[in-house]
Amino acid sequence: MPCSGTIDHRVILHAFEDGADGVFVAGCMEGDCHFLKGNIRGKKRVQYVKQILDEIGFGSERVEFFNLSAAQGQRFAEIVKEMTERIMQLGPNPLTSNPDGKEGGIA
Amino acid sequence: MKTESKLQQILDNGQFGVTAEIGPPKHSSSEGMRHHAHMLKEHVDATNITDNQTAIVRLSSIAAGVHILDSGIEPIVQMTCRDRNRIAMQSDLMGAYSLGMRNVLCLSGDHQQFGNHPTSKNVYDVDSMQLIQLLRRMRDEKKFFSGEEIKEHEPRFFIGAVANPFADPFEYRVARLEKKVEAGAEFIQTQCIFDMERFERFMEMVRARGIDERVHILAGVTPLKGWRAAKYIQNNVSGMIVPEELVQRLKSAEDPKKEGVNICVEQIKYIKENIKGVHGVHIMAIAWEEVVPEIVERCGLYPRPKIN
Amino acid sequence: MIIAQQKPVKDIAAMISDCNKVLFVGCAGCVTVCLAGGEKETEILASSLRIMRKLEHKPIETVTFTATRQCDPEYIVALDNMVQEVDAIVSLACGVGVQYLAERFKDKWVVPALDTKFIGGATEHGVWEEKCGLCGDCVLHLTGGICPIIRCSKSILNGPCGGSQYGKCEISKDVDCAWQLIYDRMTALGKLDKLMEIQPPKDWTKSRDGGPRRAVREDVMIG
Repeated sequence: MPCSGTIDHRVILHAFEDGADGVFVAGCMEGDCHFLKGNIRGKKRVQYVKQILDEIGFGSERVEFFNLSAAQGQRFAEIVKEMTERIMQLGPNPLTSNPDGKEGGIA
Repeated sequence: MKTESKLQQILDNGQFGVTAEIGPPKHSSSEGMRHHAHMLKEHVDATNITDNQTAIVRLSSIAAGVHILDSGIEPIVQMTCRDRNRIAMQSDLMGAYSLGMRNVLCLSGDHQQFGNHPTSKNVYDVDSMQLIQLLRRMRDEKKFFSGEEIKEHEPRFFIGAVANPFADPFEYRVARLEKKVEAGAEFIQTQCIFDMERFERFMEMVRARGIDERVHILAGVTPLKGWRAAKYIQNNVSGMIVPEELVQRLKSAEDPKKEGVNICVEQIKYIKENIKGVHGVHIMAIAWEEVVPEIVERCGLYPRPKIN
Repeated sequence: MIIAQQKPVKDIAAMISDCNKVLFVGCAGCVTVCLAGGEKETEILASSLRIMRKLEHKPIETVTFTATRQCDPEYIVALDNMVQEVDAIVSLACGVGVQYLAERFKDKWVVPALDTKFIGGATEHGVWEEKCGLCGDCVLHLTGGICPIIRCSKSILNGPCGGSQYGKCEISKDVDCAWQLIYDRMTALGKLDKLMEIQPPKDWTKSRDGGPRRAVREDVMIG
């Protein structure tokens, strides 16, 4: 996606329905949005999806929003590692019948 | 739950109860009501006092209750849901109890479009079913409707409700009556019975559900002054059924008023002797209160039991 | 426009707990604008319920469709084929849409996903406020364009009451006193004298107190 501000709630929900064990959305640093507030919109949408996932008993830990810039390769690696560890701990997506299902859809 | 209601004692004793109705006037004098009360007092166990019936402004039913009580009859205060919200209802109920009233009849009330202030707002904050619950909560749980505790002197009314066997959907009327009993109603007064066959079918269903063993049912009757009154009710009053043969019988009578009384006496006797599960009769002699003693005597329901 | 808000997902799930295939119908009218029941919200809700039911090991099949307006019979005809195989219909319209669906699909279990709140407008993106009491007899020409019926907590016609202070209503410091606003505006317009007229009690037959209302334009009716 060209901007985290274009993320749609449905994309995240569908990712989980399709078996993703975790989803993280990476947006630009706050204040650095090329479209002014796209990353803030994206963050708020992710928060809203978290709210839904908690409400329906799926849990909100499998989705997260991170801010980082295109120049922060190392930070990106850290986030991926952190998220991977979190998902490993949580185990596979409870919606998948295959317990060895792959983790991590990245949007 | 025992209350200080004499009507309750009579009904709980298994005696056939007799109640009548007094409509407060459209002015501020108690004279007429007192006159009617004196006329009725030896012949009935209690009288209903209507609450702005047909949405016409009348002297307050609770204030009227004071006059009726003072004249020697136990009042049954009617309370409709049309004019008061739950705050006013509870306040008026406590006031009524403090003034010596011991019976309340819960009803929805006619829509204001029928009355003399058709452009007014209606309230219906609580409905008749909920009003029964409200009364039960105040009495049995010693709580206001909100759940807040009533620390002392909770109003302890004998709680009545109404049922209309002539309204639709017919079968659901019985279920709804049962719902009122579930809500906590202890006595029921029915709408005026003219269609006896339908009332019998109604009572058959009531007995089948065992409702008559859980609540005292008083059958409502109304003596008619003539065929025009019968025809008027037949054509204009929603939720009432007047069979054509009744209209004809009044039309061909030499003395229609006498015939009206005869019909009413026949109805009461028939109900008392043939319809199981009816525990009393409620005589609504609309603007004809003076005829009630004669009806009661001719039905063999006089003298009334004495309760101290 | 009509402002509505979605009920908690759990409440909606409880209404259709015994259904296996459910049709979710959005509405492209008011509830799309107030972000409660448009195409997007419909699909989010359907997806949420699919996930929820799968977690409960009682998977549910969903069909989604967004009608141009649920309050017009001509736009719900399109659902005729879709409803055949479903056990229930969840409407994301206001209360009108739910009833139109229930009337058309007599043998279907039709349930509401939204709470219809009020009619009003947006003050900013994501914030809506109530502006009209639907009393059926507009008095805005008497009150400087501010509705006392719905914006005054007591619907007082000759306000303000004694609870108005610092421009706020006695029920909350977050609620403006409508009569303060009326007074200010009438003062600004130099029409304060109009407020000296005692307004008579309203004719509530024109509101809901007169029973369900109907509006007819015979000139556009075609037999």
